[in-house]
Amino acid sequence: MSIISCKINDKEYKLEADPEMPLLWAIRDVAKLKGTKFGCGVAQCGACVVHLNGEAVRSCVTKVKRAEGQNIVTIEGLSEDNSHPVQRAWQEIDVPQCGYCHSGQIMSAAVLLREKPNPTDEDIDIAMAGNLCRCGTYPRIRKAIHMAAEMQRKNGKSSKKI
Amino acid sequence: MRENIKTVAVLIAIGFIIVAMAPEFRNHQEDAIQEELTYTGDGILDSKKDSAASVKAFASVYKVLMSPRCMNCHPSGDVPLQGDDSHLHTMLPRRGKDGKGLYAMKCGNCHQPTNTAGLNTPPGNPNWHLPPGDMKMVFQGKTAHELAKQIVDPKLNGHKSMEKLLEHVSDTLVLWGWNPGEERTKPPLPYEEFKKAWTTWIETGAYAPKK
Repeated sequence: MSIISCKINDKEYKLEADPEMPLLWAIRDVAKLKGTKFGCGVAQCGACVVHLNGEAVRSCVTKVKRAEGQNIVTIEGLSEDNSHPVQRAWQEIDVPQCGYCHSGQIMSAAVLLREKPNPTDEDIDIAMAGNLCRCGTYPRIRKAIHMAAEMQRKNGKSSKKI
Repeated sequence: MRENIKTVAVLIAIGFIIVAMAPEFRNHQEDAIQEELTYTGDGILDSKKDSAASVKAFASVYKVLMSPRCMNCHPSGDVPLQGDDSHLHTMLPRRGKDGKGLYAMKCGNCHQPTNTAGLNTPPGNPNWHLPPGDMKMVFQGKTAHELAKQIVDPKLNGHKSMEKLLEHVSDTLVLWGWNPGEERTKPPLPYEEFKKAWTTWIETGAYAPKK
């Protein structure tokens, strides 16, 4: 066991964990943040996406030692009040069906909109290709990302959280 | 007795044929080594140049470079390849400008600094990437001649000098090919043999095999 010091959602954590533990388990079981989901465990589905220094890493294959001294954002920290444009668009369109994959979907979409504020359908398909949805909500995901992009444009602000 | 005479006659005939064919064989060999010199810059001593040895060494190099562990990250398109059949990478991640992916689909999001344990998990290296968008360094579909010429051309090889090419064989991402993790096939030559062939190819003149 080691102590892994990192920041999660702007809060300092000292996670007591085996350095080889998947970051996902450290987030869920040590930091007790349950919004990030386990899907496949082999980086194939995207349900476990969190932001590590702004990048949409798959926490199921990321070892917690990679987070030492780093900055993590989970779905709980994307905004303080679900006001991130992606979260608002997701609610507006009522994107999820079962909802299990959607924290990962939202975290991936947030990175896309930060790097490409006005994405085309093709950009969305490229960015979201690693996030699977067994309910098949892809058309609504695409629609919501376009809506979130428009919200960003109208409000003149984009995601400041990483 | 008659049988013995017959055997001797046949052996003599074969001997004649071999002697008669020898110049033809030599000419063919010479043809094969009269290759175009691909690089004449610094880093190769004239005294070391040996087109036959160079082309022979590149044959070994080429086998390795065209193996899936090397070629899969040197695709002709903008999507990396996977598996021993070099199929398109699932999820179709894109090369991106710097070769490290795009948006939420960057290489390092799944590929960790080391191989991930378990079947069908992402292999790893701290610098996992494709060649950048402005210098794709494609291996897929290249003949030995084309690839040899590409590798020694700084305008096509990532601006590498001969010295840098010699160093490149020890790059950790190159070395990963021989430590690919869970059940992945390794390149067809042991690393030390590949390194020797690579070094020999360059130090003897970096000749390209004939078209």
